[in-house]
Amino acid sequence: MHPVLKLVAQRIALGLLLLLAVSAVIFLGVEALPGDTAQAILGQSATPQALANLREKMGLDQPAMVRYFHWLGGILTGDLGKALTNGQDIAQAIGQRLGNTLFLAACAGAISVPLAILLGLVAARYNGRWPDKLISGITLSTISLPEFVAAYFVIYLLTQLIPIFNPVAMVFPGMGFWEKLHAVALPVIVLVLVVLAHMMRMTRAAILNVMQSAYIETAELKGLSPMQVIWRHAFPNAIAPIVSVVVLNLAYLVVGVVVVEVVFGYNALGQFLVDHVAKRDLPVVQAVGVIFAGVYISLNILADVIAIVANPRLRHPR
Amino acid sequence: MKMPLSALIGLVLTGLFLFVAIFAQFLAPYPIDSAVGGVWESPSSTYLLGTDTIGRDILSRLIYGAQVTIFVAAASSILAFSLGAILGFVAATKGGWVDQVLSRLVDLVMAIPSLIIALVVLSVLPLNLTVLILVMGVLDATRVFRLSRAVAVDITVMDYVEAARLRGEGGGWIIFREILPNALSPLVAEFGLRFIFAVLFISTLSFLGLGIQPPLTDWGGMVKENKDALVYGKSAALMPAMAIAALAISVNLVADWILSRTTSLKGGRGA
Repeated sequence: MHPVLKLVAQRIALGLLLLLAVSAVIFLGVEALPGDTAQAILGQSATPQALANLREKMGLDQPAMVRYFHWLGGILTGDLGKALTNGQDIAQAIGQRLGNTLFLAACAGAISVPLAILLGLVAARYNGRWPDKLISGITLSTISLPEFVAAYFVIYLLTQLIPIFNPVAMVFPGMGFWEKLHAVALPVIVLVLVVLAHMMRMTRAAILNVMQSAYIETAELKGLSPMQVIWRHAFPNAIAPIVSVVVLNLAYLVVGVVVVEVVFGYNALGQFLVDHVAKRDLPVVQAVGVIFAGVYISLNILADVIAIVANPRLRHPR
Repeated sequence: MKMPLSALIGLVLTGLFLFVAIFAQFLAPYPIDSAVGGVWESPSSTYLLGTDTIGRDILSRLIYGAQVTIFVAAASSILAFSLGAILGFVAATKGGWVDQVLSRLVDLVMAIPSLIIALVVLSVLPLNLTVLILVMGVLDATRVFRLSRAVAVDITVMDYVEAARLRGEGGGWIIFREILPNALSPLVAEFGLRFIFAVLFISTLSFLGLGIQPPLTDWGGMVKENKDALVYGKSAALMPAMAIAALAISVNLVADWILSRTTSLKGGRGA
């Protein structure tokens, strides 16, 4: 077997193991904490008899391991159980919202990735001079803001000072693509701001790292222009670290989306999660938590796999 | 050694925030929870930063909010450091299965975004200050563990640790008298970064309504309370948001300076 394939297969197998362990943490970890679902439904003042009856009805009297495997089997077959608060089918409720979340994250990714790489290239080209300092200064200040603070600054700027957008992002099932795009403009801008800084700084660092190699000096000495040196010689060699940091930030985007959705009242998975944490609806929280963790871990695995495949030393073994 | 201007500004602002947080009770012009004016009054000489959704003085609430925000963030960072650093040092000095178990456990927790874990855990636990500090501290301890283990692994191979071992010193001596003093400078810089992270984390949780509960207040919760004001063009929600940003940036400036100082001390190339 080709060594790259073997490495990739190992990485994916390890990732699947990790996913299994994470599902166990989310299910059993919560079990270990005081209080349970029956208590959550009936409240603190419930009689022991009523609690015991409800536990029996819900199957909570069975050992935790049995319920874990039952739950895991349900997830694998797409049956996530019913919400405590309204008895709604969880899988159905999630299905409607997951699309909205992915749409938001995808829009933000499609804008921030090319922009971050471009700015990173420019900053590396003018390393130490004013364009670099300007770009680095602005990104440094956005990096230390939490998503919701960035969101309110953007809202204030773009709905009050320069009123061009609506402060609420509503998406309806029947909306056309362009309408949807206009509706999510503000949340997308916020998400772009939040992930841009890190991606851009890593791109810049990766390129500057490569710029110290001997072949860059050769390229400079044979008379290529600085942008050509970067584009033709530095960038291809910096792709592996850049791609992995891009994918890691996309993974981060999936989490940042939770807060941004709440800010803009965007009806999607993150808002759904936060609502049900407040309502203490454990089955919903566990199901959505596993989905978020799963997407996050999958993107992390993808970053590793890309780094392996993009490494020429591994591709052509001696 | 001359201090750069940015670090000085950061230090002064951080000190100011700490001062306000400690003496909140004496500085706040109005009580935390009484409606003293109209709804969303604009800043005036009576209410320096205006009033909030139900007519409470924003400046007073900001000052009390500073106390809660900084206290929770500091307490959880201290917990994270005690727990993370000690376990990290133990893992590095013991090695073997202790190291394996602790490291894999930390890998597992770090594989899930902290916000998601926190939300899952907080859907079961009661929402109070102790629980919030414990949850944030334990989650953050995983990051400290990684760093302190990595630093300690380099130190445990030094001759003076070997000498201490041969003298017959116990594990406690080696951790606190040999490793800790030598690992202190990177850990101090990291403390600043973890503290900011904790400020942002508690603010985010409170903003989502899952952090500090009334009658206490913190900056994240204040943004949440006043978010509707923005639609009417009032800046009430921006004040606490700016406070969070200012605190985060000023602590960042100090931490950056400590970090660059410690790397230059070690003869590193610096960033």
